[in-house]
Amino acid sequence: MIVQARQLGKQVASPGGTLTILAGIDLAIAAGESVAIVGVSGSGKSTLLGLLAGLDLPTSGAVHLAGAALNDLDEDGRAAMRARRVGFVFQSFQLLPGLTALENVMLPLELAGIAQPAEQAGARLAEVGLAERLHHYPRQLSGGEQQRVAIARAFACGPKILFADEPTGNLDQQTGAQIIELLFRLNRDYATTLVLVTHDPAIAEHCDRLLTLAAGRITGERMRDRA
Amino acid sequence: MLEAALTALKRDWRAGELRLIAIATALAVAALSSVGLFTDRVRRAIETQATELLAADLVLESSHPIAAELLDRAARAGLDRTRTVSFRSMALAGEKLELSEVKAVEAGYPLRGTLRTSDLLFGQEQDSTSVPGPGSAWVDGRLLQALDLEVGAGLKLGELTLRVERILTYEPDRGGELFNIAPRVLINLADLDATGLIAPGSRADFRLLLRGATDTVAAFREQAKAEKSRGLKIQGIRDARPELRRALERSGQFLGLAVIVAIALCGLAIAMASRRFALRHYDTCAMLRCLGADQRYITGVFTLQMLLLALLFSGAGAALGFAGQAGLASLLQEMTARAIPAPSPWPLLSALLAGVVAVTGFALPQLSRLREVSPLRVLRRDLAPAPAASHIVFAAAIVTLTLLAPWQSGNQSLTAYVFGGLLGTALLLAGGALLGVRLCARLRAGTGIAWRYGLANVARRAQGSVAQVLAIGLGVTALLLLTLERSDLLDSWRSRLAPGIPNYFLINIQPDEVSALQIFLRERAAVTTNLYPMVRGRLTQINGKPVNPDDYKDLRARQLASREFNLSWADQLQADNAITAGAWWPEEATRAVYFSVEEEIGQTLDMNLTDRLAYSIAGREITGIVRNIRSVDWDTFNVNFFVIANPGALDGLPSTWITSFYLPEARRGMLVDVVRSFPSVTIIDVAAIIGQVRLIMEQVSRTVEFVFGFTLLAGLLVLIAALQTTHDERRQEAALLRSLGAGRRAILKSLAAEFLALGIIAGLLAAFGATVISWLLARFVFELPFAINLPVWLLGPLSCTLVVLAAGIAGTRHVLDVPPMVALRTA
Repeated sequence: MIVQARQLGKQVASPGGTLTILAGIDLAIAAGESVAIVGVSGSGKSTLLGLLAGLDLPTSGAVHLAGAALNDLDEDGRAAMRARRVGFVFQSFQLLPGLTALENVMLPLELAGIAQPAEQAGARLAEVGLAERLHHYPRQLSGGEQQRVAIARAFACGPKILFADEPTGNLDQQTGAQIIELLFRLNRDYATTLVLVTHDPAIAEHCDRLLTLAAGRITGERMRDRA
Repeated sequence: MLEAALTALKRDWRAGELRLIAIATALAVAALSSVGLFTDRVRRAIETQATELLAADLVLESSHPIAAELLDRAARAGLDRTRTVSFRSMALAGEKLELSEVKAVEAGYPLRGTLRTSDLLFGQEQDSTSVPGPGSAWVDGRLLQALDLEVGAGLKLGELTLRVERILTYEPDRGGELFNIAPRVLINLADLDATGLIAPGSRADFRLLLRGATDTVAAFREQAKAEKSRGLKIQGIRDARPELRRALERSGQFLGLAVIVAIALCGLAIAMASRRFALRHYDTCAMLRCLGADQRYITGVFTLQMLLLALLFSGAGAALGFAGQAGLASLLQEMTARAIPAPSPWPLLSALLAGVVAVTGFALPQLSRLREVSPLRVLRRDLAPAPAASHIVFAAAIVTLTLLAPWQSGNQSLTAYVFGGLLGTALLLAGGALLGVRLCARLRAGTGIAWRYGLANVARRAQGSVAQVLAIGLGVTALLLLTLERSDLLDSWRSRLAPGIPNYFLINIQPDEVSALQIFLRERAAVTTNLYPMVRGRLTQINGKPVNPDDYKDLRARQLASREFNLSWADQLQADNAITAGAWWPEEATRAVYFSVEEEIGQTLDMNLTDRLAYSIAGREITGIVRNIRSVDWDTFNVNFFVIANPGALDGLPSTWITSFYLPEARRGMLVDVVRSFPSVTIIDVAAIIGQVRLIMEQVSRTVEFVFGFTLLAGLLVLIAALQTTHDERRQEAALLRSLGAGRRAILKSLAAEFLALGIIAGLLAAFGATVISWLLARFVFELPFAINLPVWLLGPLSCTLVVLAAGIAGTRHVLDVPPMVALRTA
C-alpha cells in the first residue's frame, strides 16, 4: 500500500467549541491506483487530502505515505518526502508569479536535487503542449495554460503519488475536460498513484475507486465499473 | 456614514487589516511625543541650570536706574528680585590706584548660582550665602596683587573707604569679556550713595535680576519686551555665555533634526501600510459598488475610518510617549542627580495633532483610488484601478511634512535642507532602486534556486520593491544623517570637554619678562605655551567718521565703542582662526598698517573689508586698512583678539603680553611662585567657568545620545513595519514552496537572498543620500567644515543590509511554522 491511513481524525478549535472535521478514517490506497474523494462542500475532502499528503498533521490516527510514517517526520522531513515522491495540482494553480513557466517547473526538480533541471522541465512543458511558452510568466498565460504548467510541475520529478484538489474548479467546462484528459494520460504514462478531490461526478468516474465523504466520515466506497 | 465608518473600522480591526497603520501611527506619535516631551523637559532643565550664568532667570538691564514701577510690577507678579549697579572706578590703596569694576549688590544676589570666596590668594574656596555687608568689600585677587594689598586692609572708592573682607573667586554672572574687565570690587548697594560715584548721567549698568516660575518669568519677559524702546535690555539664558548659547543652539538643532527624522519615518510607515490596506480593499469596494454604493460614499467611509483610527491611535501613541519620556527622564535624573522640570502638555498635544495630520497626508492619498474600483471587479478580479499616481502621493507627503516638520522642529532652514535632501535622495533612490531591481532580474539566471527565487521576487514585485527600497533607503538615510550629525556634534563638544583646555590666563606680562616667564613655566610647571602681545586702544574713526557710542543702537556696540579694547599683532594666523574675507598680510616687511578684524565685532561695529580704521593708542593715532575678516573659535579658551595688526604696525607703543595654559588642580600652588617671581603679572582663573560650561555640555551630550537612541529604535520599528507590507505574499509563497518539498533552509535562504538584495541596494543609496544632506547641513545650516565620513559608506550599507535581513527574516520566519495546508487555505 502506498497510502495508508488509520483512525484518522482532525479537530479544530472554533468559537463555538471544538469542531470535528474528520473522524475515524481508515483508508488504504495501492500503488498505481486512482482514487476520487467526493462529497459536498464542507464534508472534509480537502482536509483529508492535506493529511494524506502530509501538508497538515492529524489530531488523531496516523498516515503512512510511501512507507514512511508521516507522524514520525518533522516538517522538513515531510517536505523532503514530498520533494521526492509527491506531486500536487491545486484548484487555484498556485504558480509562483515571479518565476517563468520553465522556472516554475524547474522548482521541484531543483528542490529534489535532480541534474539538468532546465532540460527536464522543458521536456515536461512540451508534454503538456506548452513548448512555445517556456519563458512566459503566469500572468501572461490563460487559466488552462496555467493549470497545464501546474500539471507539468506536478509530474516533473516523476512522483510516486499525485494529489489533485479540484483541478478543474477554476476552469470552464471545455478546458476542464482537456485538463482532466491530460492529467489521466500522464497518470497512466508515469504509472502514478492518483488521489483526486472533486465534487464533479463525471470527473470522479475516471478513477478506479470512489470514496464518498459526508460530515467528516467515509460513507460510501465504490469500485468503478470496468467494462 | 459615521456609523458605516465605525462598523468598517471594527470589522477591519478584527480582520487585522488596520493593525499596521495603527501601530505605525501610534509608534510615530509615541516617538514624536516622547522626543518632544523629553527634549522640552531637558531643554528647560538645561536652561534652569544655565540661568546660573545669568545669576537669575531674567535680567533687565538699563543705563538708568531701574524704575520703581518695574520693581513693583515684578513684586506683584510674585517674582524674586534683586538689583545690581556696575560701573568703573579707580580703587585707591595708599598711593597706588587701579581701575576696577565695581558692582554694588543687594541681599539675595545672586538669585541663581552662588558666589565663591577665599580668605587667601589662591587659598581654599568656599561657597558664600551672603553678600558683603555695609562698609566691606569683596575683591578680585588681581586687585590685591595690583595694589599690593592684604585681606583686612582699607580700600578707597570715591569718597568711601571700605574694608577688604574676602577675596572674590567666582561670581556666576561674570560675563564673557574676561580681559576687558578690570578687577572686581563687590560692595553692598547701601554703600553706593556714600561713594558719591553715581550721579545722574554717570555711565553705569543698572540691572534688575528676577527669579520665578518659568511661565511667570516668560510672561514678564514678554511684557518687558514691549517696553524695550525705553532703553531696557533683556537678557534671558540664551544671551549668557556665547559658547553655551552655541551649545544650546546646536543641541536644539540636533533634537529638531531627530524630530524631523521621526516624522519622516512615521510618514513612510503609514504610507506603506495604507497602500497595502488599499490593495486589500479592492474586492470590498467592488462589492460595495456592486451593491449600489456611489463613489462619494466609498471615499467618505474610508476617510472617516482613517480619521477615527488616527485619533484613536494617536491617543494611544501619546500615552505611550508620555510613559517613555517619563522613563527617560528618571534615568537622566539618576545620572545628573538634579530635579528635571515636569513635562508641559504642549508637546503631547502637538504630537497628537501631528498624528492626525500625518494619517491625513500619508494614508488618504493612498486610499484615493478605492473610489475608482470598478464594480465589474466582482466578475473579473484582474480589474484593479491604477495605483494612486505617485506624483499625487509624493506631493501630499511633501505638503504634510512641510506642514509638520518646522512646527515640530522649530527650525525652518534646517527643515528645508533636510527635506530638500531627502527629496533628492528619494528621486535618487527611486532611480537607483529601479536599476538595482533590473539588475536582480538579470543576475538571477546564473544562480542557485534560493537566489533565483529571492531575486526573482525582488524583480517581479518591481514596483513594490522600488517602493520598499525607497522606504528603507529613506529611513536609513535619515538615521545615517542623524548618526553623522550626532558624531559631529559630540566630537565638537568633546574637544571642549577634553581635559587640558586652558584654565589659567596670565596678563600684564612685561615685554622684557616674556622669555623669562616662558622658561619659568616650562621648567616649573612643564607648561609650553605661546605668549601674545597686547596693546590697549580705543577705536576713534571708521573711514574718517568719528566713532560715537550713541550712534549705535545695540548696547554691546555702545559698550565696545566707548571703551578701550585689546589689539595685538601677529605674523601668522592662529590655528583656531580662519579668514572669511580678504587675505592675510604678505610675509615681507611693510610700512603699511593693516588690520585683521574678527567677524562678529566687525558686524557689531560695522567695520568691513577695506575700511580705514583709526585707533587712539597711548595718545597716538594709528590708522590702517582692514585687510581681512576672521572667524574665531572662541570655544577653545585660547587667547584671541578682536583686532590684530601686522608686525611692525604697533611698534613703539606700550604693550603687555598675555598667555593661557592648562594647569592641573594639584599644581595650583605654583601660581604663588609665579606671583612672587613676576610681581607685575596678573593671574586669571577660568577653571570655574569652564567647569560650569562642561557640566552643562555633558548633560546636553547625554540627552542627545538618549534622543538619538530612541529615534533609532523608532526608525528600526518603522523599518520592520515597512517590510511587513509584503508579508501576505511571502506567507502564501512560502507555504507553496513547502508543499512542493522545499525545506526550511531553502525557504530561509531564498528569503535571505531577497532581503539581502533589498538591503544592499537601499544601504548604498542611503549612504550617498546621507552624505549629500550632511554636506548641505554642514555648509548652509551649521556652517561647519565638511569631510566625507568613510565609516558611513562601510557601516551604513552593512548595517542596513544586516538590519533589513534580520528584520525581514524575523518578520517572516514564523510562516515556516504554519502547516503548509493552513497557509494555502488562508491565502
